[in-house]
Amino acid sequence: MQFSKVSGKNNTHKVTLYALSTCVWCKMAKQFFNENSVEYEFIDVDLCDEKDKQKIHQTILNKGGSISYPTTIIDDKTVITGFRKDQLKEALGI
Amino acid sequence: MTAITLDYVRKRAEADAKTYGYYLTPQPDLLQSFLEGLKVNEERYGYPLCPCRLASGNFDYDRDIICPCDYRDPDVAEYGACYCRLYVNKTVYESKQLPDVPERRPLEKQMRAYGAAAWGKEEKAEAAAEKPTEAPKPEAKKPSEVKRKLWYCKQCGYVVFRDDPPYICPICKAKRELFAEIESKIEYNG
Ligand code: SF4
Repeated sequence: MQFSKVSGKNNTHKVTLYALSTCVWCKMAKQFFNENSVEYEFIDVDLCDEKDKQKIHQTILNKGGSISYPTTIIDDKTVITGFRKDQLKEALGI
Repeated sequence: MTAITLDYVRKRAEADAKTYGYYLTPQPDLLQSFLEGLKVNEERYGYPLCPCRLASGNFDYDRDIICPCDYRDPDVAEYGACYCRLYVNKTVYESKQLPDVPERRPLEKQMRAYGAAAWGKEEKAEAAAEKPTEAPKPEAKKPSEVKRKLWYCKQCGYVVFRDDPPYICPICKAKRELFAEIESKIEYNG
């Protein structure tokens, strides 16, 4: 599974973004992290093979999320479904 | 096959919005992104799958999330916008404040599209991995077959042939409860 890593000054949290390449709100999430210099990794799930899609679904569901994009997982525990700027800001302390 | 152009995708969305009394999202850059997403999906899958959702690639399992999806009408009625917020009502269009819209697509349709194995089966899969001598890990359940039926709107008589009735009648806006199945013996192949 190939995650793309984006480095940034705000790197105290592990931020994983599950996105779709076609999804507007996923693009907004990426833009938000870039603008706020948040270090994160992302994967465009629609471009993954079936096996990786399954694994990603299991990861998201296991952490209490739902199959909805974008999904952001912070420090392997906090799940934020959708592009919710205030929730992201709060969780990241920015 | 004719090439799918952005202009074609835009005109189709505009015409559809007009027919149903909706508006397209008021922010031009967002609108452009939505239309591009729809175009990519139509080129990729052969149908304009919702840009904000994941395709299964199987038309029968994706049919409810082909734009305009089954959930648009109830979502615009309840929240003022569809899940993606491509289609909005007049109030949202004028206020330019896009609401948050939760996913309405039922879990059973997600499971059918993505394979039920992802739901609650990881523990067993892990246990099987640790103890390889045990029974093989459960296979993904075979998704239930899509059975199309004839449905009619008791209020206006509109008839559709699909696996379940629309949430809102596209003709007279009656709720799903007003749809009833037409018992028939039509054999449908294809
Ligand atoms: S949520 Fe909106 S953009 Fe997505 S398929 Fe439904 S109507 Fe189309």
